[in-house]
Amino acid sequence: MAAPPRPESLALLDRLMEALKAKGIVSDAEIAERQANTDKASPETGARMVARAWTDPAYRALLLSDGTAAAEAMGVSMAGAPPLGVLENTRTRHHLVVCTLCSCYPRAVLGYPPSWYKSFAYRSRAVREPRAVLAEWGLSLPDSVEVRVVDSTADYRWMVLPMRPVGTEGWDAARLAAIVTRDALLGVAVPKVG
Amino acid sequence: MSDAPRFAPGATVRVKDDWPERRGPCHIRTPHYIRGRRGTIVRPLGVFANPEDLAFARPAPKRNLYHVLFEQEPIWDEGKPGDTVMVEVFEHWLEEA
Repeated sequence: MAAPPRPESLALLDRLMEALKAKGIVSDAEIAERQANTDKASPETGARMVARAWTDPAYRALLLSDGTAAAEAMGVSMAGAPPLGVLENTRTRHHLVVCTLCSCYPRAVLGYPPSWYKSFAYRSRAVREPRAVLAEWGLSLPDSVEVRVVDSTADYRWMVLPMRPVGTEGWDAARLAAIVTRDALLGVAVPKVG
Repeated sequence: MSDAPRFAPGATVRVKDDWPERRGPCHIRTPHYIRGRRGTIVRPLGVFANPEDLAFARPAPKRNLYHVLFEQEPIWDEGKPGDTVMVEVFEHWLEEA
């Protein structure tokens, strides 16, 4: 975990918030709502979206064409959040999300990024030798699959729609969501049965 | 100035071989490894305030942003042919190739 914030940082934050409120840029209610949304965000949200896409073709189409609207359809407040894009893994293409410039991450639907996502090692290696990185995570992809690294460099945030694994026929959305991990939503893993 | 994107999906583009960080303080969202490289427009992503101005609290005109696809192997001189990297690039960094 990160070190506790320094007192001078908290004092600076207080003065910034007072200034923003004094200028009418934000209100206490907006700050409280944003904090609540941030606390609520977790990979379970992304997993529920994926599970619904696997069971509901209309939702799947929405998810792939407008991730922001698809998140809102699941009750996620996307106000003030960067637009969300969702990239579909197929038999011939596997997406891997990284932010080489900093640590852009789809927080609205995945919560806080894990520390490895922010590490120099992941950020520099994922874009240059993705197959080696994936192999170290235990994921070896056949040569017939294109590895498409998604470098999250600007205003969008990206999430992966993994392939539904075989052996999940007849499962309901709740059971499906339980096998969709944070790592699968970033493309460093794939959902597994059992 | 029109917001209509200049490049259509499938168009071949080249990322400008420009290094503003050598000229002074700047904030850019174009990673070094694609500068001077040829790529293919996947799709326009909409218009966004230019982060290069936003970072310095300057008036930030909206610019078209694109998903651009690059072959991985020519960039790094290693890797598997057919593997790719897809990057968000602002229009003012792109030129016809």
